[in-house]
Formats: sequence, C-alpha cells, structure tokens
Amino acid sequence: MKLNFNPRDLLKLRNVRRVAQVFFFSLFLFFVFVTDLRYLKGYPVSLFLELDPLVAFATAITTHTVYMGLMWSLLLILPTLLFGRIFCNWICPYGILHHVTGWLLGKRRADERERIESNRYKKLYGLKYVILIAMIAAAVGGTLQIGWLDPICLFHRSMSTVILPMLNLFFPSSIYVRQYFHVGAWIIGFLLLFLVGMNVLIPRFFCRVLCPLGAFLGTLSSAALWRIDRDTTKCVDCDLCLKSCEGASDPQTQLRKSECFVCFNCIEDCPEDALSFKFMPPLKREVTAPVVTGRRAFLGTLIGLGFYAFGRTSGASARDYDKKVIRPPGSVEEIDFLDRCIKCDQCIRTCPTNVLQPALMESGLEGIWTPILNMKIGFCEVNCTLCGEVCPTGAIQRVTIEEKTGTGPFVAEGPIKLGTAFFDRGRCLPWAMETPCVVCEEVCPVSPKAIFSREVTIIKRDGNPITLRQPYMDPALCIGCGICEHECPVTDEAAIRVTAIGETRSRDRRLLMDGGVTSALNELEKRQR
Amino acid sequence: MSSSNQNEGAGRREDSVSRREFLVRLGLTGALIAGSGLAARKLWQPKHFVPGFEKVTGQQLKSYAPETSKVLPSLAIAHGTEHEKTIRAALGALGGIGRFIQHGDVVMIKPNVAFDRPPALAATTHPEALRTVAKLCFEAGASKVIVADNPINSPTGCFLKSGLTAVAADMNLDLMYPESSSFAPLSLDGEILKEWTFFNAPFKRATKVIGLAPCKDHNLCHASMTTKNWYGLLGGRRNQFHQHIHSIVSDFALMMKPTLVILDGMNVLMSNGPTGGRLSDVKPMNTIVAGTDMIAVDAYGYEHLLERDIAELTYLHKAQSRGLGNIDWKNTLHKEVQT
Repeated sequence: MKLNFNPRDLLKLRNVRRVAQVFFFSLFLFFVFVTDLRYLKGYPVSLFLELDPLVAFATAITTHTVYMGLMWSLLLILPTLLFGRIFCNWICPYGILHHVTGWLLGKRRADERERIESNRYKKLYGLKYVILIAMIAAAVGGTLQIGWLDPICLFHRSMSTVILPMLNLFFPSSIYVRQYFHVGAWIIGFLLLFLVGMNVLIPRFFCRVLCPLGAFLGTLSSAALWRIDRDTTKCVDCDLCLKSCEGASDPQTQLRKSECFVCFNCIEDCPEDALSFKFMPPLKREVTAPVVTGRRAFLGTLIGLGFYAFGRTSGASARDYDKKVIRPPGSVEEIDFLDRCIKCDQCIRTCPTNVLQPALMESGLEGIWTPILNMKIGFCEVNCTLCGEVCPTGAIQRVTIEEKTGTGPFVAEGPIKLGTAFFDRGRCLPWAMETPCVVCEEVCPVSPKAIFSREVTIIKRDGNPITLRQPYMDPALCIGCGICEHECPVTDEAAIRVTAIGETRSRDRRLLMDGGVTSALNELEKRQR
Repeated sequence: MSSSNQNEGAGRREDSVSRREFLVRLGLTGALIAGSGLAARKLWQPKHFVPGFEKVTGQQLKSYAPETSKVLPSLAIAHGTEHEKTIRAALGALGGIGRFIQHGDVVMIKPNVAFDRPPALAATTHPEALRTVAKLCFEAGASKVIVADNPINSPTGCFLKSGLTAVAADMNLDLMYPESSSFAPLSLDGEILKEWTFFNAPFKRATKVIGLAPCKDHNLCHASMTTKNWYGLLGGRRNQFHQHIHSIVSDFALMMKPTLVILDGMNVLMSNGPTGGRLSDVKPMNTIVAGTDMIAVDAYGYEHLLERDIAELTYLHKAQSRGLGNIDWKNTLHKEVQT
C-alpha cells in the first residue's frame, strides 16, 4: 500500500461510507450499552430493530399489524427502492462486524488474484433466498422465526447474552453491578464465533450466504432506480473491480443487483473508470432479480411450513405447555407471542434483575431464545416495565406500571399475573424442619400480601416446644413475580416455586374461575376494613 | 462517471432506456414505495394493549321457551316401565308434543353424554329416551333433529358407548361433535358466568331446544339433572366452575331458556355420581318428568327420584331467589300420570 496522502482522497465515496459505518456501528454499541436501568433515559434503544423492514414485514404477516415504532422501517425501504442494499454496507452493524472481521481474518494480505477469486459470485449465495422463503412461509403458517438469522436480532441477542456478560467477566462491574448469567449462552456464543470465523473461508459469509434481511432487501432492490453500470466500451476485463467487492455481485460482468451492497469499492477500484452509479441504466446488462429456482423456492416453502406444523403440533404452545414458560409482564398470549417475538432479547438485556432468560426447549421448537423468567437467577421487579419498553414488536406490550400492578384507573382489572407460587412443604423449613423462616412472606411485594403465615407451637424432636410461623399462599393475590422463590433459603430447588398457571395473559391458563383477581381482592379488603 | 467523448453516439444508443421502459420502471418503484407506506399506515398499531384484559363481547342466547299457558300444565310426571310409553305419557300430560314443536322446526336435543359409559350405568342419557324424543319431534313435523353435547370424556367415545351414535345413525339425526370451530364467546350477566366460550354451532340452525337429562347424584353439587345438563353447552376451562358450582349452575337457568326439559328417572344414578360405575349405584325409579321450568322439574327429581332434602340443593334456591324458576313444584300447574 502506497502512502501518498492526497486530501481529496478523504472525500472518496469509500471514506464517506467508512464514516457512516463507524457512526452506525458506534450508535448500535451505544444503544446496546445504555439498554440498562441506569442509563436508559428514553433513548430509542431498539431503533435498529424498528428500522429493520424484515421485522416489520414478517410481523405484519403474523399479526396483521405494524406495532408502534416498526413504522420506522419505511425509512429503510425508501433508500433500498432507490439505491439498493445500501443498508448492508453502510448501516447494518452486523454487516459492519463481518466487513471488519472479514478484513482482519480474510485475504487482505493475499495477492490480488486470490482476493478477486474470493469475491466471485457462487451459487451458494442463493441460499439466503431459500432461508427467507422458509421464514416467510413459517410466518404465513403462523410462527415468527426470522429472529434466528435476522442480523439485527442476531447481533442484539449475541450482545445481550454473550458479549456483554463476557466483557463483564473479564472486567468485573464494567457492564453490570453483579455478573449476569444467561442459560445456554454458550450455544449463542459458539454460533457467533462460527459465523465470524467463516469469514476466513468466504468473506462476508453470513451476509452473502445466510442473511434473510439481505435477501429481503436484495429482492426489493430489483426495483432500485440507481444501479452500478459497466461501460463495456471502457472495460478491459481486468476483474480488478472484484478485488474489494463486498457483495460478490459480479460487477465485472452482468451485475447482480440483488447481491450488490452498494459499497462503491468497484467504482473506485476500476482503473479504466468503466463503472459508475447511474440513474436507471438499461437492465439488459445485469442480472436484475435474485436467482432462485422454483424448486428451491418450493423446498424453502416446505421447510417453513413444516417448521411451523412440526413445532405447533408438538403441543408446547398448547396442551403440553411447560410450567417454566413464565413470560415477561405485558406479554401477549402464547400463540400471539410466537407471532411477535423476534428473539432479539432486548428484554433480556434491559432486565434489571437478570430474571429474563433465553428459552431453550421450554417453549418448544418455535420458542427457542424467546424470553422466560428464571426465578433462581432473578425475579420480576414489581415497579418495572422495562422489558415492554424496549420490545420492538409488542410481544411484550408497552404496559404502564399502573396497568401492570392494577392500580390507579386499573383497580377493577387487577394486576397482571405472570403465574402462581406453590409451596413445597417437604422442602420448607417451618413446615418440614422445625425451623423458623418465612422469608417468602417478608419479601412478598403485594399488599395485602399473597403469602401469609399461621403461628403454631410444636414439640421439637428434642422435646422442647417451638413456636414458628408456617406460610400459606393466597392464589387470588399472587402475581407470580417470583421473589419468594428467589429469596427462599433452599436455593437449589426452592420450597416455594412459581409456575405459569394463573397467568392473566391467557384465559386458558388461569387458575381461578373469576380470574381470581378483583372479587377476591375486594372481599379481602372488605374483611380487613 | 461522465461518458467518454469518442464513443458518444454508440454509448448513448446503448445507454438509452425507452420512454415506455423509463415510465414503467419509475412507476413500479414509485408504486412499491407508496404501497409499502400505505400498507404500513393501514396496519399500524399505534397503541399498546394489556393482554388478557381486552373487552370480549359475546353473543347472548335467545329464548326458546314456548308461550306460557294458563290452562296446560307446566310440569308433568309420568310413571311407567318403558321409555317410549312413559315419555309419550308425560308429553301427553303437557298437552302433546305439538305444543312445543311445529312443522319445519329444527330441534336441538341436548343429552348428557359427559362420560364414556354404557347405558346401563345411568351416567348418560339413555338411547331409548333419545329415540323416543326424536321420534316425537319428527311426528310433530320437525325437519331436522340435532344432537349435541360437549362431554368431559372423549366426545366420540362418549357418543358411541352411550349408544347415542347408533340412535343418531338409525334415525338420521344430526350428531354434532364439539369441534374447535364450534365455539364462540357468550356474554351473560350471571352471578359468576360473565364471558365464556360457548358451543354455538347447533344454535345457528336450531329453532327449538329440548334438554334431555338423566337423573344423577353428583359428588360436588349433590345432583345433576336438567339444569346442570347445560354445562355441556360450554367450552373452555370448565374445571374452574367447581370453585363456584352452585352459582354457576344457577347461572345456567339464566343462560338457557329451553323449549322443554325432560328428566329421565327410569333408572336413577343414586350414588357415586356423576360417573357411577357399578350397577348397584343405579336404582329403577320408573319415572319421566317433563316441563317448561327446569327448576321445578329438578325440584321434583331431587325430592322424589333421588329422594333427598331439597333444602340442601343450593343452586335451585339461588335460581328461585333470582326469579329463574319455581322450586315449589307442587304449587305449579302440574299433572301426574301412570302408563
């Protein structure tokens, strides 16, 4: 690399793009960092997810709505329809990650020929369209699975469950006051390593081969008005345009518009000035639409519909629902939850108690990496609705504290219940071991307390009498927050445990006939008066 | 990005996009931009909601009750040893089936087939009772007879082993299973029952409703007779009803205003109800009670068929105090006949 600095080089498109990349990557990191009770001062921390048109499009299929901030995705559709996939190489933080790691790990030191060969289009790159078709077919069936590979969801999830906890492990208290834990983080971690590592074999492997958002934007960019155009009278077929081609979009021959990341490297790498970014060049010089055969599309459809059908008929979202699928406060009913949750795990990032965990198989095939509460690790803070605040798709609705706690104008409705706590008397100190305790009653946050105790005097094994309090649960008052389970001294398997039954989000999963909320509460209040 | 001079002519020719293509491409991109904007605006959900607390407004059941009569009895008790003769006698005492069913009616018969039991165990509506009532309906000119229930045990097994599937096939009755699409929300101003999912498919066509219930002991609410029989019209989490069973059963009297109810007391499940299981639980009482007031019918059944003290049957008293029926059956216009 020569070092003859020319100030005019600063204004090269490549440098303008780099400024944009640094800006958007930093903005993403900033949003990830401030998604924390201490710093979250109304920052739009889920903005990248809200800008993501695949999130808006796929949730529109499953829910027939566009939830609140997802309208921002129009801001990305517009430039895509004008210029093509500029998102991929100018804005997308995950794309930038692969751009940089591909540059670090890849063939930057290899000779020109090798770099050119690594950037030629391969048939394999059509796979992402099959993945997109499968995900859309699954959405049409009724399950939202874009989160597996949507780059923004994937990056947010990796950040929340792997990278930040890792940083905090190496630099204690840099991210969290106390170390956060995430069930199955190692799976997400190795997946991230794999995807990043694949840049060694194929530059931008994820972006070129797997990315469903890239496939979505690539499809849209078929209609883009501005495109890279090659002046065949100038071109000497040197293939140098491929040297730094990010998208492997074949600018040296017929440009594949749907693969082009609009990085402009080819224009600046062309020694003959044969390439230009033009308004409406003739289409005959390029491959306009994504190349997917009908058979592959059919296969993708089958995979997507099969995923939905196999997952749904496994029963985990219906009769065989798991007691551990305790959803965050404000979550919609389970079937609707699977329609909305994109597994971005922003809720998990922002949760101040670390109670929210990425599910593995608890909520079935469809619910992998969706949030569930693990009361061993944390508990649901009564006066907190941060998870709903950051949820971009309304899987967790943006409920207020008053709506959550059933106070103020919502007294008649009663509180949102996440589940119900049950005593395991065989493990409970006052019930089974002649030992005073009732920590559970002490920490129960509702008023009147759902946990109450009765004083008993028993003769201990040594013959001496002891007076202690034995705890009971009023299911009408329990909101399932799980602090009793979290604080129980029997820490490996608590003597009181919350299960999902009684959650208000589902009429089918309630425990008490009248919802058990208002009438019981009113009666109790009357009695106390 | 400027074109070269030397090949200007050729380049321009190659570069040129026809006016038609220009407009088509511009129009397509413009349409996509406008279309996505309009679609997003139309589908926009600008406000959150609180899941599980959405207002549900269900339908209400209309009344199928016949016109009240000052001359004809509202309660008939018939004693006999055969289902057909005894049911005919009871209906005859009420003024005949023609009082209830007219030509062209679509009649929904609600049996109680809650359990997978053979007829002899008296836990389900007897097939001969169904056969007779269906026959009477056809004799009165009914165009169709629907049989529908939402059992506790597996629907297909319950209908088959209670013998009702055979009767339905034999007499060309329309047997409706509780399929997932058969339900809709119901609204009721009940004591406990407010909004619930309801087996509404039969009511889309029915013009008359007959409740045809066996007379049974019940572990929780003492007795399952014609009022409790409507439990089988509801879906959802019915196992919660037991938390307020007497209120719920009395709410059934508000929910359902049938054309006629028939209590089959030929063989009564005296103990171990509502499932039974031994022939020794069953006692022949050789009686059919029919009427337009389910509370009066059940009051007679409890006192004279189950032979117990009416004072303990809370749900009848609840219904009585809410004006949903007359527990004092002796003071209604009634008729007792022998075959």
